[in-house]
Amino acid sequence: MAKILQQPGSSSTITRAPSSGEFLGDSIFRAVAYSCAMLIILLVAFILWQIGKEAMPAVGEHGLGFWTGTTWDVNKGQFGVLPEIWGTLYSSLLALMLGGIFGISIAIFLTQDFIHDRLATVFRTVVELLAAIPSVVYGLWGIYVLIPLIRPVAQWLHEHFSWFPPFGTDLSGPGMAPAALVLAIMILPTVAAISVDAFRRIPYKVKEAAYGMGTTKWEAILKVMLPTASSGILAALVLGFGRALGETMALAMLIGNSNQISLSLFSPANTLASLLASSFPEAGPVEVQALMYAALVLLLITFIVNVVGLGVQQYTMRKFEGK
Amino acid sequence: MSDVDLTASAMEPDFERPNLERQLLEGRAIKNNVLTGLTWIVAIIASIPLLSVIYMLLVRGGSRLFGADFAEVLTGLPPAGFEMGGGIGPAIVGTLVMVAIAAVISVPFGILAAIHLAMLDPHSKTATMARFLAKVLTGFPSILAGVFIYAVIVISFGYSALAGGIALAVLMLPTVVLAAEEAIKQVPQRMKDAAFGMGCTRTQVIWKVVLPTGLPGILTGVMLAIAGAAGESAPLLFTALFSNYYLSELMEPTASLSILIYNFSGMPFENQIELAWTASLVLVLIVLVFNILARLVGQPKV
Amino acid sequence: MSATAEAVFVAEPFAPAGDVVIDCNVEKIFYGDFLAVRDSVVPIEKNKITGFIGPSGCGKSTVLRSLNRMNDLINVFRFEGSVMYHGQDIYAKKVDPVVVRRYIGMVFQQPNPFSMSIYDNVAFGLRLNKFKGDIDAKVQKALERAALWKEVKDKLKNSGLSLSGGQQQRLCIARAIATEPDVLLMDEPCSALDPIATRQVEELMLELKKRFTVALVTHNMQQATRVADTTAFFSVDISRGGRTGYLVEMAPTQQVFEDPQEQLTREYVRGEFS
Repeated sequence: MAKILQQPGSSSTITRAPSSGEFLGDSIFRAVAYSCAMLIILLVAFILWQIGKEAMPAVGEHGLGFWTGTTWDVNKGQFGVLPEIWGTLYSSLLALMLGGIFGISIAIFLTQDFIHDRLATVFRTVVELLAAIPSVVYGLWGIYVLIPLIRPVAQWLHEHFSWFPPFGTDLSGPGMAPAALVLAIMILPTVAAISVDAFRRIPYKVKEAAYGMGTTKWEAILKVMLPTASSGILAALVLGFGRALGETMALAMLIGNSNQISLSLFSPANTLASLLASSFPEAGPVEVQALMYAALVLLLITFIVNVVGLGVQQYTMRKFEGK
Repeated sequence: MSDVDLTASAMEPDFERPNLERQLLEGRAIKNNVLTGLTWIVAIIASIPLLSVIYMLLVRGGSRLFGADFAEVLTGLPPAGFEMGGGIGPAIVGTLVMVAIAAVISVPFGILAAIHLAMLDPHSKTATMARFLAKVLTGFPSILAGVFIYAVIVISFGYSALAGGIALAVLMLPTVVLAAEEAIKQVPQRMKDAAFGMGCTRTQVIWKVVLPTGLPGILTGVMLAIAGAAGESAPLLFTALFSNYYLSELMEPTASLSILIYNFSGMPFENQIELAWTASLVLVLIVLVFNILARLVGQPKV
Repeated sequence: MSATAEAVFVAEPFAPAGDVVIDCNVEKIFYGDFLAVRDSVVPIEKNKITGFIGPSGCGKSTVLRSLNRMNDLINVFRFEGSVMYHGQDIYAKKVDPVVVRRYIGMVFQQPNPFSMSIYDNVAFGLRLNKFKGDIDAKVQKALERAALWKEVKDKLKNSGLSLSGGQQQRLCIARAIATEPDVLLMDEPCSALDPIATRQVEELMLELKKRFTVALVTHNMQQATRVADTTAFFSVDISRGGRTGYLVEMAPTQQVFEDPQEQLTREYVRGEFS
């Protein structure tokens, strides 16, 4: 009869069960890690609650009229952010168009054998480092390099094409055009870097299949590579758009901070973020409440853009990648 | 041109003598060449502003920084109005102190949260939610972190370096979490299996195998988060405010490079504008150092 | 066999009975400084399946990929020799590799459908060639020929990537044959497939050769005996410090496997090769 062993078979084993201290440490450590993960959730909730709470008085007082009002006058107690909403969306869309086209083209340039691999790596590093240049620096550059540079162009366009609404006014200094241009330059590295990743994730065999069918380089890029990378590129565009919406300093320095709604690229405008930046430091209690409401509006807009972006991205992923 | 129409004949089983020659004037070839040319032009145009930024930083910022009075520039107090000379010392110190505060707060919390997300319970509701919210947070406008900290801290305690540091920490946290999670996930499952197979508790697997192996990736994420925080200005505008003097305690208004650039950029005095460019160069160099560090620590040590 | 022990071995030229579609005459193929293949004359006969066999690293895939200039995608690739296709050297300066690949299609080792619907995958080449006729009919015909139609006819809108490995490979074959190219190059098309899918693809090849000319690289000798009409055996020469592949023997398949003329071939087909 075999007997059931109560002890490890060999007396010389150095194996032992973890001590109770080790088990306790394990549990504590896991609990701490769990709390830290919870912390993120609580932090977001706290941010929403805090901004919401501070904005409540203004929400109660101005209601939905805040969204459609066009004056921001502390003395009269009138607050409306329609010009800021307009300026935010207009500048971001312009920047997205420019930065998107350029960013995707650069991603194609860097990944589709236009230049030698090693050179492409150098370029990629440069693009990544440019994403790291702080936005105030771009703002400074915009004031002292870009605005003087585009003023004659703007003047010419205004003189000859003033019937065309985007060229309807003259550029006197800060305005929508320099703001949107700098914004485009700022989101270009983001769009390019994420699109480069999307292209690089495409397996080599897909490219091989395209060339094997007898495509020219650009037929392969336009008909195979772009659709295959589309979900990643969309993610890049959404992220770039989100960046543009929330970008503050460069716009506060370049857009002119003037409450008006105009299609003109050369007239000053304002955005929600630069309204916050320029008004907050000197605001009294009543204006702070209104600014908190404006922050809430900005939060909401970025949230919607992000959610729509994620949705679109998931849809294309299913459509093109069979997931 | 060809004796056989190429596009049509590819469809017919008639291959007597297909023309394989390059057709430079054919539609597809033209399109291909035009697009290739356009791409080059786009790449060149895109690099002009970027080169211009670098040129301006080096020329206008560099003239003071690499000049004879660089010591005064780096340590002096910001000049007032018509004053000449002066420097950006308090702003450099302020930026470094606030970034340090932000890192001290966000890095431990971030890495611990990442451990939970990547290893301990990756598919739980908490983890999914936390991951989603971290992604949402990275996409949120940085100025909202300032608004939040203004409401929580500044209203009660006034402007301070601490408030500025915490605002930056709010921004760094999601970046650190997501980067660290990615780095931890990169640790091969077979290594974790090996450790579990030896009878390690989960904590032991994490401390003895996962963290040491994933460290380069985690550090890369941390360095990039620090670089991003150093360049931030919007959240500091109304949390740390600004100061013309060196900070002596954490609970007083504090200067930072980015706010100095913002304030001085709009001034009508040449001296201040020069200093704004100098501060920009210093700020970019600080950001660059952390970026380069991120790349260096990220190199696998094999 | 030719000459002394010092001289470099060159295979006896093979003269096929039928028409030759591609007359491939490799003198040297380089990757950078590395000599990958030397001295291999491989005529591809019309409406036949020509099999390429040999140990790994012997250059059989490299030679196959030279036949429609797929190797041009690799920067350091250099080809010396000629590949005559309907009397034109496809390596001539004037020749556009893009056009070559329209006539000489290819099926790859790994199934590589595009991330688009099954229908769009098959229609890809038709649209690329600006085909004006009935695309639906051509797609159906190609899928039928590839023995995939029954399985996918109700889900043509689904992504090509949603299919199983074997189905994906047959989809890739359908994509390649939809434009009815002259020649189909198949580079180990069954290496990622299970035995059932392999059998289906092999039956398909026999069907295809009625219409097309097929060149097939395979590491599976049974496959060569089952489908190839002519077999080219390649080997690799590591004696001079390199790893240079070359043609050892080319003949009707039955002869290669039952009565090989070269010692190396005999050893390989008997499985004595290491």
